[in-house]
Amino acid sequence: MSNYVLPAMVLGIVLYGLAKKIDLYDAFIDGSKESFKMILTIFPNLLAMILSVNILVESGFLEFCIQLLVPFLKIPIEVVSLAIMRPISGNATLALLNTIYTKYGVDHFYSLLGSTIQGCTDTTLYVIALYYGSIGIKNTRYALKASLLADVVGISASILVCYLLFS
Amino acid sequence: MVSKIWGYFIVMGIVFSLLSGHAIQINETILTSTKTSLELLFQIFPVIALWLGIAHIATLSGLLDKLSKSLTKVLGPLFPEIPKNHISLSYIASNIIANVFGLGSAATPFGLKAMSSLQELNSDKNKASRSMITFTTINTSGVTIIPTTIIALRILYGSTNPTITVVATLIATSLATIAGIFFDYLLARRSHE
Repeated sequence: MSNYVLPAMVLGIVLYGLAKKIDLYDAFIDGSKESFKMILTIFPNLLAMILSVNILVESGFLEFCIQLLVPFLKIPIEVVSLAIMRPISGNATLALLNTIYTKYGVDHFYSLLGSTIQGCTDTTLYVIALYYGSIGIKNTRYALKASLLADVVGISASILVCYLLFS
Repeated sequence: MVSKIWGYFIVMGIVFSLLSGHAIQINETILTSTKTSLELLFQIFPVIALWLGIAHIATLSGLLDKLSKSLTKVLGPLFPEIPKNHISLSYIASNIIANVFGLGSAATPFGLKAMSSLQELNSDKNKASRSMITFTTINTSGVTIIPTTIIALRILYGSTNPTITVVATLIATSLATIAGIFFDYLLARRSHE
């Protein structure tokens, strides 16, 4: 289905432009030019976020903390790590999902749970840093709090729904 | 808050890796981060250039204006501070539509355009506006009908039923979005008082 959405959007926009008799080519170039300005503001934000998240993830500090928690939980460490790291790093959780698939098998309950958690939310910290960074806003007020609370609900709901549907 | 978290991550990560004897790894991480971020930038740069071009056609032809007008009724109640028929509603809607259909790469340029047009309405340019926070809350809770990455990964691993988690994901992500809108409303009211 998503194979059709993209061409359909492009076709619709171009057809409408043709009907309104605007200079399509110039319009595209003018819009596209703006991307240079946009990536100049994106890059420092991207670099800052990747640096700090990678240092935290690669240090093993989170795994160490999670290991202290695990004896009290019924879910294996990889799934717990996935849930905790989901709002922080998309790459780290995708790697964890690969580990879970390999270790338990792709159709195992833990794999289904991991897939659901991965899909239920976006990488909150990255989006917040990028979106507010791109317009130079430093004071994000309660933006992170609202998003992280939503993530907690999404991840809890994933666990609940998976137990109801798949176990 | 982001700035503090940024600092804490670095301090906790470096101190812990020094204590646990992973100094070499962390050294490498710091150096490769620059490369990783440049690679990521090169991945998203052409996509942004493409969509900003397409979006500009839609702006000049009046398509986005038309879209804003029809969306004011739907999105208006969520964004009470955005004036009627304002263009930012179109960018917000385009971003949500792209996310819903699993077109993550198209979502980013629309999202950034939404933020810059919301910034024009913002009275204090250094502080996030209420509309911005509502928008990023909906965005980060990630409503997706088709989680394309996960389905592709499940096919790659030879799943007998690669789309089995789609319904579960849709329920969880919808609840997250509803909760997000609710928390956003509560926090907005609290910060106003």
